[in-house]
Amino acid sequence: MTTAVPDGRPVVEMTGISIEFPGVKALDGVDLTLRPGEVHALMGENGAGKSTLIKALTGVYSIDSGRIVVDGAEHTFSGPGEAQAAGVSPVYQEVNLCENLSVAENIMLGHEPRRLGAIDWRATRRRAGEMLARLNLDLDPASSLASHSLAVQQLVAICRALVVECKVLILDEPTSSLDADEVAQLFAVVRRLRDEGVAILFVSHFLEQVYEISDRMTVLRNGKLVGEYVTAELPRLELVSKMIGTSLEVLEELEEAPKRAVADRDATTPFVQAVGLGRKGSVQPFDLDVYPGEVVGLAGLLGSGRTELARLLAGADRADSGQVRVGGALARLRTPRSAMQRKIAFSSEHRKAEGIVGDLTIRENIVLGLQAERGWARRLPRKQVDEIVAKYIDALAIRPANPDALIKNLSGGNQQKVLLARWLATAPRLLILDEPTRGIDVGAKAEIQKLVAELAGEGMSVVFISAELEEVLRLSHRIAVMRDRVKVAEITNDEDVTVEDVVELIASGGQES
Amino acid sequence: MSTTAPAWQRATQHRLFWPIVALVVLLAVNTINRPSFLSIRLQDGHLFGSLVNLLKNGAPLLLVALGMTLVIATRGIDLSVGAVVAISGAVALSFIASSPSPDSLTTVLVAVGIALALSFVLGVWNGFLVSVLGIQPIIATLVLMTAGRGVAMLITGGQITTVNSAPYKAIGSGFWFGVPVAVVLAGLVFAAVALLTRRTALGMLIESVGINPEASRLAGVKARSIIWTVYAVCALFAGLAGLMISSSTMAADANNAGLFIELDAILAVVIGGTSLAGGKFSLSGTLVGVLIIQTLTLTVTMLGISPSVTPLFKAIVVIAVCLAQSPKVRDLVAARRRRAAPTAAAAAEVSA
Repeated sequence: MTTAVPDGRPVVEMTGISIEFPGVKALDGVDLTLRPGEVHALMGENGAGKSTLIKALTGVYSIDSGRIVVDGAEHTFSGPGEAQAAGVSPVYQEVNLCENLSVAENIMLGHEPRRLGAIDWRATRRRAGEMLARLNLDLDPASSLASHSLAVQQLVAICRALVVECKVLILDEPTSSLDADEVAQLFAVVRRLRDEGVAILFVSHFLEQVYEISDRMTVLRNGKLVGEYVTAELPRLELVSKMIGTSLEVLEELEEAPKRAVADRDATTPFVQAVGLGRKGSVQPFDLDVYPGEVVGLAGLLGSGRTELARLLAGADRADSGQVRVGGALARLRTPRSAMQRKIAFSSEHRKAEGIVGDLTIRENIVLGLQAERGWARRLPRKQVDEIVAKYIDALAIRPANPDALIKNLSGGNQQKVLLARWLATAPRLLILDEPTRGIDVGAKAEIQKLVAELAGEGMSVVFISAELEEVLRLSHRIAVMRDRVKVAEITNDEDVTVEDVVELIASGGQES
Repeated sequence: MSTTAPAWQRATQHRLFWPIVALVVLLAVNTINRPSFLSIRLQDGHLFGSLVNLLKNGAPLLLVALGMTLVIATRGIDLSVGAVVAISGAVALSFIASSPSPDSLTTVLVAVGIALALSFVLGVWNGFLVSVLGIQPIIATLVLMTAGRGVAMLITGGQITTVNSAPYKAIGSGFWFGVPVAVVLAGLVFAAVALLTRRTALGMLIESVGINPEASRLAGVKARSIIWTVYAVCALFAGLAGLMISSSTMAADANNAGLFIELDAILAVVIGGTSLAGGKFSLSGTLVGVLIIQTLTLTVTMLGISPSVTPLFKAIVVIAVCLAQSPKVRDLVAARRRRAAPTAAAAAEVSA
C-alpha cells in the first residue's frame, strides 16, 4: 500500500443499522463509514449481512432502526431511485444491462438527452463517449454491448452508474467472473475514480484483490459489526479469523472431545482417487484421495472452489480435465446419476434450490434417490418404503415424525435430516456433504456431526465441507485447503492442528511466508 | 360445537369441491330446462340420451387433456395438440380413401397404426426440442402448432377428405356392449394412465421433476427422458383424439379439426386443480374439468344461445372456478366468515 489513507469528511455515515426479517435479525446495530477518495472493502462470510447492508444503503430495504447520513443530510430511502438521486450508485454482481442495445444506449438509459421531446441520439452518443473517455475506455459507443467481453460490460455498467452525479459507487462482487487481466483493467478504473474523490464500496470474496485495492475495510459476522480496520494494518490471518469467528462453545459442550483417530489407511486403494480433475472457470485441476472410513474436510472461504470441487466428484458438473478412479476402476462421472451408480452421494449446499422437493412429502423425499436409481417402472414396494422411512425418521429424529408432512413446512434442520436420509437410503460408499449444518439450530447441528463420525466409523468415506473451521477440524481425518479455486494444501488432522493453523493456510495460500 | 370440523366443512376444503359444484349446477340447469336431460334409454341394445352424448363428445377432449396434464405437471405445455389432431385424422382418412378396399378391417387398422405412429413421432419431436435442446415448451410446441395444420393441408391436398368405411366409423360412432366405443377408449386410456402414474413411481418422478428440476437431477432422476416421454405420450393421445373426431364426421378437415382443443384441454387441466407451475397433478381433477367444459358447451346450445357466445360462457365458468380455487380468495372468504361467525353465534344464543 503506497497511498496514504484518506481521512476526509465522511460522505456516508450509517450508524446503528438494524433490519429484521420474520424470525431473523439480518443486521444488528451495524455502522459503516465511507470517506471520499477511498476504496472501502466490506468483508464477511455468507450470511454475514453484507448484501443486506448494501440494500439498506441503496434503498432496496428500509431499515428498522439506525441513521443513514449521505453528504451531511439524513435520508430515509424508500426506493433505489431516491438513493441514486442522493448520489449512491450500485453495480451489482450480475451485470444489469441490456445486451441487445448499444454501449451508448446502455450507458444513457433513462438519462437520454432530449430535443423537442424526442431522444437526441447524436447527443446521447456524444455524452456516452465522454463517460467512456473519463474512464479511459477505448470503445465505440455505437457498438452492440453483446459484442464485448463480460469485463468490458462490467466497465460499461460502472460508466452507467457515473452518469448521475455519483458520490458513492458500490461494486458487489465485480470480479467474480473476470480473469486476471480483466481484473487489472477494472482496478485501473476503480483507482481513477477514487482519485477523483468518489467513495467506493468494494465487496469481494477474493482476499488478494481486497488487499490490492482497498484502503479500509469493515468486517461483519452474523449480522453484527466486528470492526473497521485500515487494510494495511490488518494481517490476512487476523482478517480471516475475524470473518469466521470462533463462537462454537455451545457445540463443544454438547459433544465430548472429538475423536481424531486416523482412518484405516491400511486399505491399499482409496475409494475415490481424483488425478488432475478440474473444470475451466470453476476449479483448477486438483488431486484428491479419499480412503474408506475417512472424513476429508474441505476448508476455504466462500468462493474458494470447495463447492465446485465437490460437484466434480459428484458428477453434478462435468470435469474437462483429469480423471477419477472409483474403487480402483476408471469412472466417468458425467451425471449425478452415474456418480450414484458408483455409490457416490452428494448433498448440495443449496437446500431449497437443489435439495428438497418442496411439495412432496417427507416419505417421497426420502425415497426419491433410491427410486430414481431403480427407475420409474420398478416402484419400491410400499412395505419397504415404510420400513426405510420409519427407520430414518427414528434414527435421525426427524420432526414432525409424520411421513405425510410436506417437506417445505419443516424447519431447516429437519429438511437437512430428510436429505441425509435420502442419501443414506441409497447406501453410498462416499457421502459428499456441502454445508450440511448451515443455518440450522445448534442441536440439529450436533446430531448431524455425530452421525457423520458414526458413518465414517462404519467404513463410509465422507467429504465434509463447512465454512465453520471448528466443525471441519472436529470431524476430519484429513483437511484439504482451498483458496481462489485452487487446492493449495492438504494436511493430516492430528492433535496439534488448530483452527489458527488452517486459517493461516487459507491466508497464506499454502506458501511458507 | 365439536372440535373436529364437520363433514361438510371438510368436503368444502377438498380440491375438487368447487369444480364438482360447478358441474352439478350445470347439470341441474340443463335438467330444469329439459327434464328429460338425465334420462338414458336402451334402444337396440345401445345406450342413448343426452348424458351419453355428453360423454361421447367429451372423449377426444379427455384424451388430449390427459396428455396435457402430464406435460403441465413437468412445468411444460403443449400447444401443438390441435395440429396433431388434424394431422392424425388427415393421415388416417387419406390412407383409407386411397386404398382399394376402404371397408376392410385391415385397411382401417393400418390407417390407425400409421396415424398413431406419426402422432407419436411428432410428440418425440416436441420432446426433443424441450428436453434436449432446452427450448421453452410454449415456443417449442408453437412450432408444430402453426406448422402442423400446414402439414395436414398437404396431406389432404387442401380438400376436406371424406370416405365411407364402416370399421373406421365405429371408432367415433360405434357401440361396444351398448356403450359408445369412444367412451370405452377414453376410459381405457384414463385407467391406463392412472395405473401407470400411480401404481409405478412414474407419477412421483414426474411431480418431482415439475416441482424442482435441479434437485431431481441431483437425486439421480432421469429428468430428460421423463420430459421427453410425456410429450410423446401427449401427442399419441392427441392422435387418438384426432381419429375419434375425424371418425365421427367421417371427414378430415385440416383447418377446423381440433381447432382450439389445446385451449380447452389446458382449461380442463387448470379447472381440475393442476397448477400451470408444474408439480402435483390430478387426473380425476382433469376428468371433472373436461366434463365441466363439455357440459357447458352443451348447455349453451340447449338454452338456445348462439354458439358464437359460447366462449364468453366458458370464460365466466373458468373464472369462477379458478377464483374459488385460488388460495388468496379462499383466505379472504375464510377471514370474512370468521368475522361473521361470532355475530351469528351470538344471535343464535339470543334466539335460544
